[in-house]
Amino acid sequence: MIFLLLRRFTALAITLLLASIAIFLVLEILPGDPAAIMLGTEAREDTLAALRREMGLDRPAYERYLNWLGGALSGNLGLSMTYKVPVAELVADRLAVTFPLAFLAILISTAMAVPLGVIAAANHERPADHGVMLFSQIGVAIPNFWFGLLLILFFSSYLGWFSAGGFPGWDDPVAALKALLLPAVALALPQAAILARVTRSSVLEVLGEDFVRTARAKGLTRRVALRRHVLRNALIPVVTVMGMQFSFLVAGAILVENVFTLPGLGRLLFQAMSQRDLVVIKDVVLLFAALVIVVNFLVDLAYAWLDPRLRQG
Amino acid sequence: MGQVKRVKKQGVVMKPSMTLLSATALAAVLAAVLPLQAQAQEDELVLGMPIEPPNLDPTSAAPVAIREVTWLNLYEGLVQIDRNGEVQPLLAESWEVSEDGLTYTFQLREGVTFHDGSSFEAEDVKFAFDRARSPDSTNAQKQIFAPIEEIETPDDHTVVITLSEPSGNFLYYLGWGDAVIVAPESAGTNQTDPVGTGPFKFDDWVRGDRVELSRFEDYWNADAVHLDRVTFRFINDAQAQVAALRAGDVHAFPNLGAPELFAEFSGDERFTAVAGNTEGEIVAGLNNQRSPFDDVRVRQALMHGIDRSVLIEGAYAGFGQPIGSHFSPNHPAYVDTSGVLPYDPVRARELLAEAGHGDGLSLTLKTPQMAYASRSSELIAALLADIGVQVEIRPTEFPAQWIEEVFSNKDYDMTIVAHTEPLDIDIYQRDGYYFQYENPEFKALIEEISVTPDEAERFELYAQAQQTLAEDVPALFLFQLPKLGVWDARLEGLWESTPMPSNVVRDVRWVE
Repeated sequence: MIFLLLRRFTALAITLLLASIAIFLVLEILPGDPAAIMLGTEAREDTLAALRREMGLDRPAYERYLNWLGGALSGNLGLSMTYKVPVAELVADRLAVTFPLAFLAILISTAMAVPLGVIAAANHERPADHGVMLFSQIGVAIPNFWFGLLLILFFSSYLGWFSAGGFPGWDDPVAALKALLLPAVALALPQAAILARVTRSSVLEVLGEDFVRTARAKGLTRRVALRRHVLRNALIPVVTVMGMQFSFLVAGAILVENVFTLPGLGRLLFQAMSQRDLVVIKDVVLLFAALVIVVNFLVDLAYAWLDPRLRQG
Repeated sequence: MGQVKRVKKQGVVMKPSMTLLSATALAAVLAAVLPLQAQAQEDELVLGMPIEPPNLDPTSAAPVAIREVTWLNLYEGLVQIDRNGEVQPLLAESWEVSEDGLTYTFQLREGVTFHDGSSFEAEDVKFAFDRARSPDSTNAQKQIFAPIEEIETPDDHTVVITLSEPSGNFLYYLGWGDAVIVAPESAGTNQTDPVGTGPFKFDDWVRGDRVELSRFEDYWNADAVHLDRVTFRFINDAQAQVAALRAGDVHAFPNLGAPELFAEFSGDERFTAVAGNTEGEIVAGLNNQRSPFDDVRVRQALMHGIDRSVLIEGAYAGFGQPIGSHFSPNHPAYVDTSGVLPYDPVRARELLAEAGHGDGLSLTLKTPQMAYASRSSELIAALLADIGVQVEIRPTEFPAQWIEEVFSNKDYDMTIVAHTEPLDIDIYQRDGYYFQYENPEFKALIEEISVTPDEAERFELYAQAQQTLAEDVPALFLFQLPKLGVWDARLEGLWESTPMPSNVVRDVRWVE
């Protein structure tokens, strides 16, 4: 266990270092000067030079890289170039939207997908199975942002049950949850479709294993065998996909956050890209890299819990 | 065995804890959904904008969104530009201009305080203008202050500004967001914690979502202000803008992003829908130093090849006024030059043949991703194909890539963008500007304008300048970017056209 942790932390450190170099180089090569963007078509030589000085862009690249890395190591993520506020503050505000949104989406998608997948597998090649597969086909095919628009049209514009977007903040947890529900459903549907398929095929595969036949042979009914012997074994691929989905939901919710105008991490990154807010981009990308690694680590721990054989590391 | 029994009672093929957990969570969420949203309060306004400002100091950088939150709401200048584009007193109650047009004496309003409680005095004016023209200034319109030679403050409520040469538009420029008065105590932190003398003070900024302002109780003209709270919400997606208006989350969207969705509000009595003008001219800039665009016949041929009404219909659902030069119809000196080089494909082919391009021409058009630009580009390509000009559209990310490739490096044939600053016809004589247009006659005209204090004379010169550009077409002049405003029909006082990029909410109130 300790060995596993150590290995993971080393991998984390190396990956982050490589990611930091890569993102810095990419941003150096990419066209776009944040000072020029702030002055737009009104840029003149003297004001541009003054703004570049103010933003620290007049210093050599290696110096800026080392400053940023040193700052990040000591926990100082720096100041946003455009907003002029600490990036840590910006990111913390955004995570308070994006994390709960991703959790809620995972919750909804799991609550839908796992039972559906198991039902489909238990009724292989029968109407229930075909029904679930049809749902899954549709769910995968519908883009989440478009589904989000449909939800807004129906629940906000037509029924008036929800506001059409925005986030009131956590001061009022009920209102906050309410604001996250529609986007979470929009995010959850395609994920649930994928997860239901994975669950179904995984359960089907385990159902064909020898130990299940043995269980049946010793007199257990199909249902009992499913509950006692199949489910836990079938969950490993499901947990893997859930882990991947969580990273995806945190990083990939840009479109849904835009449709619902949620001030989440995806939108922060999107805005920072268009403004070339180099400091914010670098910090957020690093954060994503760290997140993916941490989530993968948690998934590994979940394997060990599900399958005692893996506990040896 | 006990575990199996428990599961059996649940009758679901999941671990009981998991089922319970998700069921409880879902129930909690559903319960939260039930209360309906609260009705808007009558002393509160939620105003939607497409773009979030990067900061809240209009003296620090160029983005229009900064002015759209702050100008005349948080900050005020010595003078203001009113909704008709006229200069009116604001922090200066009155002024006198000397005969030679070199000395401006402003009498300042008394009893004005900044939001932090400090009082507004002549020293603040001197500080604000000295800061704007200092070497470290990043003021986007620094040239406004270039003619200033000296600023004197004989007493707390008098400011005397001496210019080194007459500046025809000096007073007008002092009405811009770039010339608002900031105090020495707060100027350094205005980007994140703005302090001005305006009718509203800054409360909170939830980045990525909204800026909240509230009524400034000590405002010098507090009786004229009706709203207690104003929230600016930033909604980029056009569909989401419409949904927010329909759901009542946003009371006003003064600049709706989707022209094709604007029409559906016109017939709805719950909303006021007004199509006004912005200060934005949509122009297809040409690289005047690059062959063959250095030949005026080629530029004229391209202009003759474009049917502006097709563009307005296709790119902006029929809203927008055709323009023939770089001048806003909002401005009193505007003359209609859209007929100087009208749509005439036959003439266009003749001109191309004269210039030696009878068998055709090809060019690339670097197109930003904004809807008006990409739609216009496709129509331009189709129209120019009719006169034998092959246009290759190259998507160019705005602002970052466009600023670098087109604006800074001048690496382009043709591009398309809206120039949103008011009264910016002078960009065609700026050295090193991306059009690379060099016309000594035009330059002389603009220089003469800048030192002509007499308004009638100046407007006459502006008319000449517009005519020159209309004939010489350093850029293809397409149409004025319209301002499609939609707001709750019970709201009164919002501006229909914006002679300055802004959302002035000072005079806004709810009526029944």
